[in-house]
Amino acid sequence: MKYLSEFADPDLAALLLTDIAETVTRPWALMEVCGGQTHSIIRHGLDQLLPAEVELIHGPGCPVCVTPVEIIDQGLEIAERHDVIFCSFGDMLRVPGSSTDLFSVRAGGGDVRVVYSPLDALSIAEEHPSKQVVFFAVGFETTAPANAMAVHQARDRGLTNFSMLVSHVLVPPAIEAIAASPDSRVDAFLAAGHVCTVMGTAQYEPVAARYRVPIIVTGFEPLDVLDGIRRAIQQLEGGRAEVENAYPRAVRSDGNTVARAMLEEVFETTDRDWRGIGPIPMSGWRLSAAYREFDAELRFAVHDRRIEANNGCRAGEVLQGVIKPNQCEAFGVRCTPRHPMGATMVSSEGACAAYYRYRRLGEVDFDHG
Amino acid sequence: MAEGWTCPVPLRDHDRITIAHGGGGLLTDELITHLFLPAFGAAASGATPTDSAVLPFGDQRVAFTTDSYVVRPLFFPGGNIGELAVYGTVNDLAMAGAEPMALSTAFVLEEGVEVEVLGRVAQAMGEAAALAGVQLVTGDTKVVDAGLADGMYITTAGVGLVPKDVDIRPERATPGDKVILSGPIGRHGTAVLSVREGLEFGTDLQSDCAPLNGMVHAMLAARPDLHVLRDLTRGGLASGLCTIAETAQIGIRYTEATVPIPPEVQAACGFLGLDPAHVANEGTMLAIVAPDDADAVLEAMHAHDIGSHAVVIGEVTEQNPGVVVARTPLGGHRIVDRPLGEQLPRIC
Repeated sequence: MKYLSEFADPDLAALLLTDIAETVTRPWALMEVCGGQTHSIIRHGLDQLLPAEVELIHGPGCPVCVTPVEIIDQGLEIAERHDVIFCSFGDMLRVPGSSTDLFSVRAGGGDVRVVYSPLDALSIAEEHPSKQVVFFAVGFETTAPANAMAVHQARDRGLTNFSMLVSHVLVPPAIEAIAASPDSRVDAFLAAGHVCTVMGTAQYEPVAARYRVPIIVTGFEPLDVLDGIRRAIQQLEGGRAEVENAYPRAVRSDGNTVARAMLEEVFETTDRDWRGIGPIPMSGWRLSAAYREFDAELRFAVHDRRIEANNGCRAGEVLQGVIKPNQCEAFGVRCTPRHPMGATMVSSEGACAAYYRYRRLGEVDFDHG
Repeated sequence: MAEGWTCPVPLRDHDRITIAHGGGGLLTDELITHLFLPAFGAAASGATPTDSAVLPFGDQRVAFTTDSYVVRPLFFPGGNIGELAVYGTVNDLAMAGAEPMALSTAFVLEEGVEVEVLGRVAQAMGEAAALAGVQLVTGDTKVVDAGLADGMYITTAGVGLVPKDVDIRPERATPGDKVILSGPIGRHGTAVLSVREGLEFGTDLQSDCAPLNGMVHAMLAARPDLHVLRDLTRGGLASGLCTIAETAQIGIRYTEATVPIPPEVQAACGFLGLDPAHVANEGTMLAIVAPDDADAVLEAMHAHDIGSHAVVIGEVTEQNPGVVVARTPLGGHRIVDRPLGEQLPRIC
């Protein structure tokens, strides 16, 4: 199938793997930033096919995982209201807030709906004029343009019963925070391809130069990921630290200029807490002054929620590549996909959920037969 | 309910039923293990984890099963709730090797549903029963207030006789056995999703909704000693394989490249972030058979339309008891898990 099967071709994958094995001479740690890449790596078993010198660290690019508990609690509080239809992407329903999750709110009578697009939430608002319809706008730069479009259209259509709980996060400040951390073991980054489809690649140039770290814009299919790894190893072995586009079929250096203009109109950058990592300056988007009336946080006055101390979940260290998921004391014991303590164990893109399967590889004999 | 009743083993995290408890995954299992079985007590001492119970009856054995059907929308490409209600129960009987005889049909109708709609569903059930060769022998009709039943819910129960010498159960999966898949996966779930409100996407894909008992009859005629049969309904291929591996405490390994996945299913799963191995089927099954029987069973399956693409996808192993391992097309491996509950589309 176009854009799927040809980027999973086993023969081409073998060529890339051979090239990587012939190029690498010493251990390197690469961080794939995006959870979609982590998913692909685990789904296709790519990590098992790489030479031992190449270590993959699963990065913080799972939007579900980094959404702060405070904002999830805000969403839960709004979703519990009888006058509200709360719309969310499916992943968010199982993420624990400080006391409950959206699934449980729905079971308790809350009107919580899974939508595939914020524009669907807009239609629901039009169909239910007596209800307040709230869309939970979670995600990186990738999902932001559609959310911006929804708010823009809500204003155009004069919809007064639509609002958004915005928790957008931005990739470049997160990469910079990790690169700048004294604990960081990351030698090169595989940047999230679809974020760059929207935003372009220019934002990464200063980071690559300042921290002497290669940044490879990388796609999501198996060959994309392997090509990103190959180019990262080539740069590292050659002593280079450049921004390189390994996903040219979807990424131009200036990104999608129409989407960026829309984003600039609807959102403004703001400091943002990342779940498990903490505050990163100017690493998020909120609605700009012109669209503030659509901000659910203000409309429902839930902006001053604070939560209690950590429950022992070390997702933050996992997200920064400081520890492996199975080095957390709770991993696989108190914390499993069935009983997640942190969001990294919930999302199919979460490093802990992916590792939970990976950990079991120790008990599994793959070579038989 | 009596006051003061509490779960023997509290269901952690949830003090109310969530939609995921009905997803056929781990949460459904937890409900059965920690709520139903302890609450039923001695009365459920003979309950089995399979879709049909096989009960001694004189010198015969009777397979007995029941299932409720709550699909939305009621009509979808390739089928409707009435066909599902007949085929689903017929297939549960067939998976025990039974010859389905008779079904009951119980309707919970929503006030306001059009009589014409009910008529079309009922007619579809009659035609489905004729095709599957079963009688619809008794039933019940209830009506609930508008807004309570998505149009209608249907519960069917079925009985069938298990032929002498047939002994089909998950526990019989034996290292060395071959794992046969009857056809392309993911068609029913994808077809239903494609017409679900808020998610419509264009596809020619039809549900695989079909009775499997005719093909199973032919398979048994070819080789009576089939070890395990399983239809791949909720939770799909992954759930079916995992249940067998866990119940029999054997390992299963299969090669992903051998599993037929229609391009429409692959594409829909790609953009919805679903795994085709987790998507429901309604007329596709697994057979686990002794290695020497595999060719004859395959031949019998190939003679049927619904089995014309039947293929060996893997084998039962002594290694990794309770675990299903897939070899990926690139040569890596992954552990195959059941979906936890409701399928949660990924954000990006």
